[in-house]
Amino acid sequence: MREKIKKRRIRLGLLGASAITLLLSGCGPQYMVLDPVGPVGKEELHLILLSVILTAIVIIPVLGLLVFIVWRYRDKPGNRAPYLPKWSESRVLEVVWWGIPIVIVGILGYFTGKTTFALVRPPENNIPPITVDVTSLDWKWLFQYPGQKIATVNYAVIPTGVPINFVLTSDAPMNSFWVPQLGGQEYTMPGMAMRLWLQANQAGTFYGHGANFTGRGFAHMNFNVIAKPADQFYGWVRSVKATSSPLTYAVYDQLKKPSVIGTTQYSSIPPNLFNGTVWADGGRYMPGMLPAQSMSTMKQSSSH
Amino acid sequence: MPAWLSHFTTTYLMWNEGPMIWASDVLILLTSLGIVVALTRLHRWKWLWREWLTTVDHKKIGIMYLIAALLMLFRGGVDALLLRTQLAVPGNHFLSAEHYDQIFTTHGTIMILFMAMPFIFALFNIVVPLQIGARDVAFPYLNAISFWLFFFGAMLFNISFVFGGSPDAGWVSYPPLSELGFDFGPGENYYLLAVQISGIGSIATGINFLATIFKMRAPGMKLMRMPLFTWSVVAASVVIIFAFPALAIALALLTLDRVVGTHFFTILHGGDPMMFVNLFWVWGHPEVYIVILPAFGIYSEVVATFARKRVFGYSSMVLSLMLISVISYFVWAHHFFTMGAGAGVNTFFAVASMLVAIPTGVKVFNWLFTMFRGRIRLTLPMLWTIAFVPCFAIGGATGVMLAAAPADYQYHNSYFLIAHFHQVLIGGVVFGMLAGMYYWWPKMFGFMLDVRLGKIAFWLFNIGFYVCFMPQYALGFMGMQRRMYTYPTDMGWGTLNFISTVGAYIMGLGFLFIVIQVLYSIKHGERDKTGDPWDARTLEWSLPSPAPHYNFAVIPTVTERDMWWELKERQETDLLKLKPEMIKPIHMPKNSGRPFLLGLSFFVAGFGLVFGWIPIAVIGLIGILLCLLFRAFEYGDEHTVPIDEIRETEAALGRL
Ligand code: HEM
Ligand SMILES: [Cu+2]
Ligand SMILES: [Cu+2]
Repeated sequence: MREKIKKRRIRLGLLGASAITLLLSGCGPQYMVLDPVGPVGKEELHLILLSVILTAIVIIPVLGLLVFIVWRYRDKPGNRAPYLPKWSESRVLEVVWWGIPIVIVGILGYFTGKTTFALVRPPENNIPPITVDVTSLDWKWLFQYPGQKIATVNYAVIPTGVPINFVLTSDAPMNSFWVPQLGGQEYTMPGMAMRLWLQANQAGTFYGHGANFTGRGFAHMNFNVIAKPADQFYGWVRSVKATSSPLTYAVYDQLKKPSVIGTTQYSSIPPNLFNGTVWADGGRYMPGMLPAQSMSTMKQSSSH
Repeated sequence: MPAWLSHFTTTYLMWNEGPMIWASDVLILLTSLGIVVALTRLHRWKWLWREWLTTVDHKKIGIMYLIAALLMLFRGGVDALLLRTQLAVPGNHFLSAEHYDQIFTTHGTIMILFMAMPFIFALFNIVVPLQIGARDVAFPYLNAISFWLFFFGAMLFNISFVFGGSPDAGWVSYPPLSELGFDFGPGENYYLLAVQISGIGSIATGINFLATIFKMRAPGMKLMRMPLFTWSVVAASVVIIFAFPALAIALALLTLDRVVGTHFFTILHGGDPMMFVNLFWVWGHPEVYIVILPAFGIYSEVVATFARKRVFGYSSMVLSLMLISVISYFVWAHHFFTMGAGAGVNTFFAVASMLVAIPTGVKVFNWLFTMFRGRIRLTLPMLWTIAFVPCFAIGGATGVMLAAAPADYQYHNSYFLIAHFHQVLIGGVVFGMLAGMYYWWPKMFGFMLDVRLGKIAFWLFNIGFYVCFMPQYALGFMGMQRRMYTYPTDMGWGTLNFISTVGAYIMGLGFLFIVIQVLYSIKHGERDKTGDPWDARTLEWSLPSPAPHYNFAVIPTVTERDMWWELKERQETDLLKLKPEMIKPIHMPKNSGRPFLLGLSFFVAGFGLVFGWIPIAVIGLIGILLCLLFRAFEYGDEHTVPIDEIRETEAALGRL
């Protein structure tokens, strides 16, 4: 009898815990990963849901079997369940539980590969993308717009419905650029330029944060990505150009020093600041990303 | 205070940092004094040296590993509670960023390298020779060296807290954050040298146990007759031998960067930090299998014993162990799917990672079907084993979810990840080690642990676990990153974090009950006179508890799997009974103080290198050389146990 109550308690504890998590994860804007606003985040969410369903095919029987077996074959006087101490082989059963997981991994592996390859391409092919060069610094984010020739710190504005080509590097320890509602993260690494395609299909302000630990000020490396319709985006660019001061090498050197600061914006950027940073630290680009300028100009600018 | 003294107290003793340091200093001082006084008053110095510090007996070395692992579980647990206290509410000021960073670094490093590793080595040592019918491990002297390298490595790591400052770049210690440019304190050097020293010991242990199992099995114990725990040690040792050298190299190169000024991982001058990340995880992923495989072995033993049934699908269990150990080398890049590898690379490592789940799942089903049609006794080891199944199943499922690379772009570095690895490390490794500890406790010490206190501990720990870690999955979906020392109110992360902290305290309480249980049972625990309190299946249970120092007076001949159980079934245990005329003199290794001194020399050398104090480092290195030299000229490191002594011992144990 005591045993019975105990096992019931295990079950209840388990059920309670999972019920709470499930209830809490019943979406809502707080659950950013489950509430994506663009095609990248959506595709990742689909994969997440698929993986939940596929793993549940194994997990639920395991949990059910465990409860059933422990209950039925407990060592209790008068338990009439069969006791076969030498029964220890069954080809059929073994084939079942080697086979089913292999099939599941096959399916999940296929869709994983498919999504992985899809995400290295721009989400839309017929809309010209916008490039944003991102540099993680100690402990702030610098966003440069090579097309618009402006820059911001600790926030970025993007047009809705347009694929954004985030090019990522770091001029400090490795960080990771993560805007959960737009999609998954990618590391920023010194001496390397990495690409992350993201896109917002709704206007709004989306939380972003560095995801990889970089020391004392790391907890304060949050930023917002603000998505606006294209015309408002260009209006914003014009106002930044009209009202802010330029980003010079001197200003950049100041920014580079470890500190926690608020948001700012700059009316212009030095032409080779970003690629110069990548080159100064090693100069590796993901395949197909090498910028058009000649290497010699970049090397010059890197020794500023 | 003279200037040099105040410089010393602020720079090295960190007395300017306030009460936490002062309290630790006082505590350490009092504990050390207490130990010294107690040993002196009880005249136990000699005993300590002769029976423990110089021992080469695998059973005693195992017990020392066990004590060290439990102490480190305590230290790592206190770290965890400090972290969780800081995170309990948004905008908390309990810990500063600096302290939080140090504490999560020491917590992670200690739990993996100074808690989980010695815990598995404790059980390797205590169980393997007894299970395979051997008198010791293949290289007993080397075994002692392994222990003392681990021990002094752990000491070196732990003193960083009160002398010079703890490391703070995370237990993964990625450059450039861990290079001099961003981290110039001695803490990182402590990490590098302490882990290096104990790592050398781990490699030696892997070699030692592989040799032991391949060379020292009792006659007739074919490979496919070995108990599954022994098989799991084979699998883990293979992984250790191939994985740990990668860590040793990574740490050595980073140490050179920091101490000598090379540029292996700096960004300038052609160094490459990615190389470190690769080397680290080429060890790091296999490492998690190093600690989980022995736990799998334990579950197999426990399930068979307490379901009173043969393990279901023995060959499939062996196959899956070996498959896991091989596949675990081909998945390391899943720790950095988001570092810009191409889609092809990511897909390869994603699928390889999912593949590991297949043999692992097979094992779970085999355990379930070992219980099926058995008779299940809910003893403490069995309770922990049963609790392991749902916990590990969920942890494994979230592992597969993480392995789907594009989904991992959303989980990586978030609390979802934290929840996953704690679920497999605690639900898999810690539950397994506790199950093993409870199971073999009578064999180690000759008495049983109190069941009632053990059940209280079990329930507290289990409930605490789910309360602590389930909310963290949700926090991951809410975008909370790991390693943040604080978070703002408006993110809505407060409630779940608070719940999680409550769960952590419940687990802490559970640990406390284990301590109480052990202390209580030392006095009141029931003695185990039979040597086989669980009515178990394998050879170690044919010996008295604790086993005499030479283990088997006469080495048994093995004719089948689960030998001891089969003999009991057929009522033929007399076959293993001693006949006086069969006893022959036994060769046993001699005790030696040198492994201890070697460890101490490593400690001194490491300490010197941490601060760049070359004379001290040189003294330590000379000590190491001397130890090696003396060993090289040592002849006759064995002694013979005479027949009379064996007869007396066995008679006293009631075996003759
Ligand atoms: C009482 C139970 C435990 C609690 C409450 C706990 C809590 C925590 C917390 C709060 C963190 C820091 C998260 C962050 O901010 O990044 C952490 C990290 C970690 N824990 Fe635990 N932990 C526990 C037990 C364990 C055990 C048993 C192990 C290993 C066997 C372990 C291994 C780790 C590792 C490897 C890290 C990562 C450290 C790093 O980021 O460098 N923990 N844990
Ligand atoms: Cu890289
Ligand atoms: Cu891994």
